[in-house]
Amino acid sequence: MIFRLAMKNILGAGLRTWLNIFILSLSYFVIIALQGLYVGWQDDASREMKNWDFAGGQYWQETYDPYDPFTLEESHATIPEDLQKLIANGEAISILFSPATIYTDGRMRNIVLKGIEPSQNLIELPTNFLTDSDGEINCIIGSGFADNLNIKEGDYIVLRWRDKNGTYDACDLKVAHIFSTTVITVESNQVWISLSILQEMLGLPNEGTIITVKDEKYKKEFFSWQHKDLDFLLLDLTKMIKAKTIGSSIMYMLMLFLAMLAIFDTQVLSIFRRRKEMGTMMALGMTRLKIIQLFTLEGVLHAVLAILMGAVYGIPLLSHFEKVGMKIGMDAKEWGLSGLDDALYPVYGWKLVFGTIVLVLIIVTIVSFLPTRKIAKLKPTDALRGKMTK
Amino acid sequence: MNIIIIEKMSKHYPIGGGKFTALKDIDLEFTKGEFTGIVGPSGSGKTTLLNIIGSLDTQSEGNVEVMGNPIRKLSSKKAAKLRSQHIGFIFQTYNLLPVYTVFENVEFPLILLGISAEKRKEAVLDALEWVGLSDKAKSRPAQLSGGECQRVAIARAIVKKPNLVLADEPTANLDAENSHHILKTMKKLNEKLGTTFIFSTHDAKVIQYLRRKISLLDGKVSNDEIINEDDYDL
Ligand SMILES: Nc1ncnc2c1ncn2[C@@H]1O[C@H](COP(=O)(O)OP(=O)(O)OP(=O)(O)O)[C@@H](O)[C@H]1O
Ligand SMILES: [Mg+2]
Repeated sequence: MIFRLAMKNILGAGLRTWLNIFILSLSYFVIIALQGLYVGWQDDASREMKNWDFAGGQYWQETYDPYDPFTLEESHATIPEDLQKLIANGEAISILFSPATIYTDGRMRNIVLKGIEPSQNLIELPTNFLTDSDGEINCIIGSGFADNLNIKEGDYIVLRWRDKNGTYDACDLKVAHIFSTTVITVESNQVWISLSILQEMLGLPNEGTIITVKDEKYKKEFFSWQHKDLDFLLLDLTKMIKAKTIGSSIMYMLMLFLAMLAIFDTQVLSIFRRRKEMGTMMALGMTRLKIIQLFTLEGVLHAVLAILMGAVYGIPLLSHFEKVGMKIGMDAKEWGLSGLDDALYPVYGWKLVFGTIVLVLIIVTIVSFLPTRKIAKLKPTDALRGKMTK
Repeated sequence: MNIIIIEKMSKHYPIGGGKFTALKDIDLEFTKGEFTGIVGPSGSGKTTLLNIIGSLDTQSEGNVEVMGNPIRKLSSKKAAKLRSQHIGFIFQTYNLLPVYTVFENVEFPLILLGISAEKRKEAVLDALEWVGLSDKAKSRPAQLSGGECQRVAIARAIVKKPNLVLADEPTANLDAENSHHILKTMKKLNEKLGTTFIFSTHDAKVIQYLRRKISLLDGKVSNDEIINEDDYDL
C-alpha cells in the first residue's frame, strides 16, 4: 500500500520529478565514469608495472633500499639454491645492481647499472638486445633517459665502475637498443647490461640484488633476502594515483553535492512544502510511522528510478568509453607517473557500480528520512497549519 | 446516546512566557445523528474545539471522550486509528492531496482502512454520486472549482461512513450558491446515513440548516439551543 501511494505521489508530480530523477541519474553516471577512469588508470599502470618490473613479486637483498643510493654498493648476495632452480626453469630472474658513472658528450652522470639475463622472458624488457656480439658490451636504455642524455641507438658511452674490492675500471658500452616504456622504475637513471658480464665486472659470480619471481604465490623465506609482494611493490603507485586524483575527487564531491541538491530539492524542500499534505494525511488517520515510511520511500524511489534512467543512457556510454578509451591531453611522464599511456581505458567493475548505487541510495534515504521524521513528529494541528497553496 | 462528552474542558496555548486560554470550562454533549453548528466570532475557539474533538489536538484540562476514547490519553497511533475509523474531516481550505485524482483522494481513507480494491471502488463511486461529482472522478484538484473541491472533501469525509464528521468553516471560501449546495448535501447525508455532523461557521446562511446551534464567545459557551425545530423534518 505504502509503495503504491509513494509511486502515485512521484508520478503524479510530473515534470519536476523527472527533472530531479535526471539530475540524480547524472550524478550516478559521473561518479561511476570518474571512478572508472581512476580504476582503469590504476589497473593499466599496475599491469604495466607487473609486465615490466614486478612480475609476480620480488625478493630484495636485505640491505637494498631503492631510496638509498649509499647502500647500493653493498646490496648483493648469493642467490639461494631454491631460487636458482626457479631461475633455471625460467620462473624467476635475478638482477644485479651496481652504482656506476657514465660519460657521454663530455658530461658525467651517476647511474644504476643493472645486470639481467639476456634470454629472460619474464618481464617485457627487451633483454635479447644484450646478447654479446663481436666482443662489444651491449646495453639498453629507456627512451626517456636516452632523450635526456641525447644518445641514439648505436652510440657508445663510457662506463666507469668499482669492483667488489673497490678498484675502478672503465669500458665502452654500445647502446644496442632504446626501448620505450611507461614504467619509469626500469628506465630512469639506469643502464641495463647482461647479468654475467656485470657479475664478472664486479667479481660477484652468482650474486644478485633483486630476484623477480613469476608466481605471485611463491613466498618462501630465505636468509638475507626479503620477499616483497605485489601489494607492497604497487603501494607507491596506489598512493601516487590517489594523490594525483585529488582533482577528480573534487569533481566527485561536486557530483555528490549536485546529487544531494537534487535530493534536497525533491525531498527536504518538498517535504517542508508538503507539511500540510502530511497534516491532512494525519487527519485522515494515517499513523506517523506510515507517513515517515511513505515519504522516505518516495525519496528512495527517486533514487531507484534514477538508476533505471541512468542505465538507459549510462550503460551504452560507459561501455563505449571502456572500448575506445579516453584520450587524455597531457604527457603522463611530465606528471612523473608510471603506466599512463595517452589513452586511458576506464574499468567499471560491479563493485564500483554497486558501491556508487548503494552510496547514493543511503544518502537519499537519510536525506528523505530526517526531515520527514521531524514533520511527522509535529502535532497534526501544527502540520496542518503548514503554509501551502493548494 | 452520547458519542461525545466534554466536561470542564479548557485549552491553553503557551505564548511567550505565559499562556493564552482559548477555551474555558466547556461542558458539552453530542448525541448520534446531530447536525450541529458552532458559531462565534473569529478567535472565539471554534477551530480549537473541533481539533480537540477530532483528536488532532489535546485539551489542557478536563475530560473529552469521543466514542469512549479519552482524547488526552490516546497515543498518536490510537488517535490516528480513531480518526481513521470513525471521524471524517472537512477543512476550510479543502486540503485535497494535489497529485491524486478526485477518485484517488476519496479512496485514500479506505486504503488506510485496508479495504479491498473492489469494495473501495464501489464506495468511492457511491460517495461521488452523493456529492454529484461522478463525472469528475478522473480530474485533479487543480482542475476543479472551489465548490467542487469542497464536495470532493465531503465525499472523502463520508466515504468510510464515519460516525462523526467535523467540518471547520466548510463554506467560508464558497459563494452563496455553492454554500447552499454543500449544506444540502451534508444534511442529506446526515439523514441518510445517520452521521453526526459538527461544523464551525460564522456564516449566517448556514444557520437555517442547523438543528442545534452552539455559540462560543471568548472561549466559553454563551448559548446552546435547538433551532429550526419546525421545518427540520422538511
Ligand atoms: N497554536 C496556537 N498558539 C497560540 N494561540 C493559538 C493557537 N491556535 C489558536 N490560538 C488562539 O486561540 C484562539 C482561538 O483560536 P481558534 O482558531 O480556535 O478560533 P476560531 O474561532 O476558529 O477563529 P476563526 O473564526 O478565525 O477561525 C485565538 O485567539 C487564537 O489566536
Ligand atoms: Mg477557525
